[in-house]
Amino acid sequence: MSTINSPNTLREGPDENGHFGIFGGRYVAETLMPLVLDVEDAWKTAKSDPIFWSELEYYRKHYIGRPSPLYFASRLTDHFQGAKLYFKRDELNHTGAHKINNVMGQALIARRMGKTKIIAETGAGQHGVATATACALFNLECEVFMGAEDVIRQKPNVDRMRLLGAKVHSVTSGSATLKDAMNEALRYWVSKADTHFYIIGTVAGPHPYPQMVRDFQCIIGEETKEQMFEAEGKLPDTLVACIGGGSNAIGLFHPFLDDDVEIIGVEAAGLGISTKQHAASLTGGRPGVLHGNRTYLLQDNDGQITEAHSISAGLDYPGIGPEHSWLFETGRIEYVSATDNEALEAFALCSKLEGIIPALEPSHALAYIKNIISPLPKDHIIVMNMCGRGDKDLEAVIPRLEEMDLL
Amino acid sequence: MKTYKEDRLKLLFENLKKEKRGGLGIFIAASDPNLEISLEILKRLPQAGADMIELGMPFSDPMADGPTIQAASLRALKSGGSLKRTLEMVKNFRESDNKTPLVLMGYYNPIYNFGVKDFLIKAIEAGADGLIIVDLPPEEDEELCLPAQKYNLPFIRLTAPTSDGERLPTILNNASGFIYYVSIMGITGTQSIATQNVQNAVKELKKHTGLPIAVGFGIKTRQDVADVTSFSDAAIVGSAVVNVIEKSLDANGEGNDKTIADVLALVKDLAAGVRSKKIA
Repeated sequence: MSTINSPNTLREGPDENGHFGIFGGRYVAETLMPLVLDVEDAWKTAKSDPIFWSELEYYRKHYIGRPSPLYFASRLTDHFQGAKLYFKRDELNHTGAHKINNVMGQALIARRMGKTKIIAETGAGQHGVATATACALFNLECEVFMGAEDVIRQKPNVDRMRLLGAKVHSVTSGSATLKDAMNEALRYWVSKADTHFYIIGTVAGPHPYPQMVRDFQCIIGEETKEQMFEAEGKLPDTLVACIGGGSNAIGLFHPFLDDDVEIIGVEAAGLGISTKQHAASLTGGRPGVLHGNRTYLLQDNDGQITEAHSISAGLDYPGIGPEHSWLFETGRIEYVSATDNEALEAFALCSKLEGIIPALEPSHALAYIKNIISPLPKDHIIVMNMCGRGDKDLEAVIPRLEEMDLL
Repeated sequence: MKTYKEDRLKLLFENLKKEKRGGLGIFIAASDPNLEISLEILKRLPQAGADMIELGMPFSDPMADGPTIQAASLRALKSGGSLKRTLEMVKNFRESDNKTPLVLMGYYNPIYNFGVKDFLIKAIEAGADGLIIVDLPPEEDEELCLPAQKYNLPFIRLTAPTSDGERLPTILNNASGFIYYVSIMGITGTQSIATQNVQNAVKELKKHTGLPIAVGFGIKTRQDVADVTSFSDAAIVGSAVVNVIEKSLDANGEGNDKTIADVLALVKDLAAGVRSKKIA
């Protein structure tokens, strides 16, 4: 706890038990504890081993395609007539999203542990595809748990996973979405402890996952810092990213936490916060314990977890990474939200003006930027994490845009 | 501060020792398939031969449970089950039974949401004899285990086949009531136990603790119960009981008199298992 309360930095968490303030921790069954402790040991060892990092660096450069560009979005900037807008182009990574940054790191750890089989949960399928990809590359067996609802909604990604050699388990328990896929992956993991490694896709789950996933995603912010100095000779003024579990956001934000930079996370407001049909855990939830950590959750008066709703399957989760809950309560990061419709408008605008079809997830970030950018001075610099490409969303988006007369 | 005093678990295990047999623990989920039937089953379990009751507090995301108990949990919630209602059931049960130990089993979030102190006070008032909270390992003892100890309410620990000599002291530290040995690596109700392995594990466990040891997960039949109680202090049956509830439901998923009768018949059969073999 002492590290976390240190006034000089917000970047040293979590403490040795995985707590960010009161958030985080290891709320798992005893049957899972030894597995979680093994992962922690392996992660600690890898972290201090230069060979591990140089190996990861090799794959980042030659396989993922890093560094991703920091791109000045000139037409959107002209359009908004306010601050300068930059995109960190993580949608250009291999497999089309930021997820692979984390997966590659965890797959290397699994290999170091001598594990031959990998489990993952997925919502939209991006993390599942990234995991199936790394498993193909490293010749690991791959099993992906996906809610039955999402298997139907995201068929192209299911086909990609199958093509890459993964087995997709369609999860019918509970509400048959991402949270249930995670429950099922955890249940499966317990019964396969000796052989399997669980690659969690976001900064949630029991310690050390929130920290480990964050550390693998921090490459986004580290590159941004360097690239921004090259482009503008200074720090950006504002960072904006969308938040479901929050891995792309923490990846961009974390390296800037101690700097004089405004940071904004955008949750999915679905049909609107007041309708309860949303996925905004911080804006519309309260602290609770699920999937191994204490964090803000959508829940009813009895502490039962409620359904999230977002047009973006990647944000459709009733929780959020524990470090975000902590940063929310400390006030360091401002958390706001954007609705389905606002995200759809931003989706269309970005496609037309920049020739970049964004995923629905970062469309939420752009939707919020749209609300604040115009009155800002011209030398104000905003960086948004373009964390995924939108091809996967076309089936859901096109009819909606037609309805809204945007296409 | 009103603390827990009844010691029903302690008395039970002392009596079992005198009777030279192991005990039978029966799990049901509170309010499955609805409050009325669930309460009726609960009240009649001791008479059918249950020595101890584990009452499941329904949760939307039971991470350590298999499909059977997941479904029971959802049925309970759908019928209006809640933590408050579970505590009312305990209170109601105690009006007619002041002897059979009743342990509350579940997940932490509803308790955290209810308020830890408030929950402990109300659970003790209602007549609960202990807590088994699946997702609170020793690493999180400050949450509920230590507060429960302040109230003298037993906090029952789970140990697993992976709980080796290195891990056991951590688990057994702060343990009370009894030790719940999870006999399979996996979730509830999915596999059958390998008796010999379990026996070896219990033998090893007894070297580390003087607390009674109950075995659960994967115990389904009278024979399982007889085998397990030949070397442990109690066998706990959950999914097999819940299965009977599920099977008795009509086309609309509603329970009926048959639900109650079928459960009690199974419990009677299982109870014969704890009386068929003497502890060596």
